[in-house]
Amino acid sequence: MVEFAGFELPVQYTSLTEEHHAVRTRAGLFDVSHMGEIAIRGPAALDFVQLISCNDHQKMTVGRAQYTGIMYPEGTFVDDTLVHKMADDEFLLVVNAANRHKNVAYLTELAANFDSADVVDLSNNFAQLALQGPLAEEILQPLTPENLGELKYYRFIEGDVMGTAAIIARTGYTGEDGFELYVAPSAAPGLWREILDRGQPHGVLPAGLGARDTLRFEAGMSLYGNDIDNTTTPLEAGLGWIVKFKKGDYIGRDVLERQKEEGVERKLIGFEMNERGIARHGYPVLLAQDDTEPVSYVTSGTQSPTLGKALGMAYLPIEATEVGTEFFVQIRNRTAPARVVELPFYSRKKV
Amino acid sequence: MTIPVDLMYARSHEWIKIEGDSVSVGISHYAQDQLGEVVYVELPEVGTAFAVGDELGTLESVKAVSEFLAPVAGEVLEVNTRLEDEPNLVNDDPYGNGWLVKLSGSAEGGEFLDAAGYKEFLEQESA
Repeated sequence: MVEFAGFELPVQYTSLTEEHHAVRTRAGLFDVSHMGEIAIRGPAALDFVQLISCNDHQKMTVGRAQYTGIMYPEGTFVDDTLVHKMADDEFLLVVNAANRHKNVAYLTELAANFDSADVVDLSNNFAQLALQGPLAEEILQPLTPENLGELKYYRFIEGDVMGTAAIIARTGYTGEDGFELYVAPSAAPGLWREILDRGQPHGVLPAGLGARDTLRFEAGMSLYGNDIDNTTTPLEAGLGWIVKFKKGDYIGRDVLERQKEEGVERKLIGFEMNERGIARHGYPVLLAQDDTEPVSYVTSGTQSPTLGKALGMAYLPIEATEVGTEFFVQIRNRTAPARVVELPFYSRKKV
Repeated sequence: MTIPVDLMYARSHEWIKIEGDSVSVGISHYAQDQLGEVVYVELPEVGTAFAVGDELGTLESVKAVSEFLAPVAGEVLEVNTRLEDEPNLVNDDPYGNGWLVKLSGSAEGGEFLDAAGYKEFLEQESA
């Protein structure tokens, strides 16, 4: 167990790799109740969300979820978040646990100058269970009267699971199909047990923080604090698809617009080690083997359980980001060669 | 948790086995269990000399890196090259095919427990 943002979280229940493979091939159940939930409410809720986010939420209909970044004026990340449109005058932002209080403080201050938009921290009202994997729908369907087959990716419904009110969202952080269920904390333990029970014939496993990290990593999904933070912009992080300019003004827009126009100086890339060795978070990155000063540091890196290779992510100067470019990672007392590869490392076959 | 009686154990969870002038070194069943599935082993070069407590090499699981230490002083005579392709031998057979290195020298200068002593040590650790 590790302490994380005030929660005790298991790194693994049985074996990290077994849990990882269960999610890729069958299903895994994560308790991600530590995630924060912040509601933006009021007649100006949309205007407020448009102000703080680099994505465009204008056309979202109720029941849709959209990924975005909450921006500083520098065009860097306060956090990355999933925005859920609950109603015309209400959005629910699911944020990183470690950033919950920072987000609430930042948004509340902004809302003070904003008529008719309120920021409400609902984190204590929600537990979150994520059932992820190709068999997720089959396992969850008997527990709910809602027709899950009709629920498309990045949509959600407010419905019923085991007789309890739940937000059922077809979203996730693993690169597999699956659901994120938001329920009252008191309902979570029963739901947890029931899903594991019902899922047992399907090979479902409880999965911990360790597998969550390797799964999202293989899928090329950024982790705040590793791959993105308050010094990186979405354009540098390869998240240009969440940066929109065909919308009104928003925080950080001018910086992002300039960066888009002039081109970024560095970019987050995926890499594979050319020699044995595992590059991990924080290891120095060198452009040439005998360089004495690192050009950057590995943001995430591990042995990929699905692909069986040592893979990593790092920021490199734009001229070194082409696929195939060779560079070096300092692994303890040696410098090991690596090369730029395409992100994501893994993507599921869509049916 | 197996603890063979014909081996000696360091408090840093390495085991040693003395055969003539050669000391085989591995990690205990307990240690591999704590580490999880080993996916990469970094071994020292043959001929390198180590003092007691020096870092001999590293064992990596998906989630963590951990060092293993020289339980005795000596020069590296041989390393288990099978681990390059089958690092999981450290998990599957920690006292046999999952051995790590052979050092020259003797148990002198190292501090070791016998199987019963190591068992007691583990019980205290987990208490």
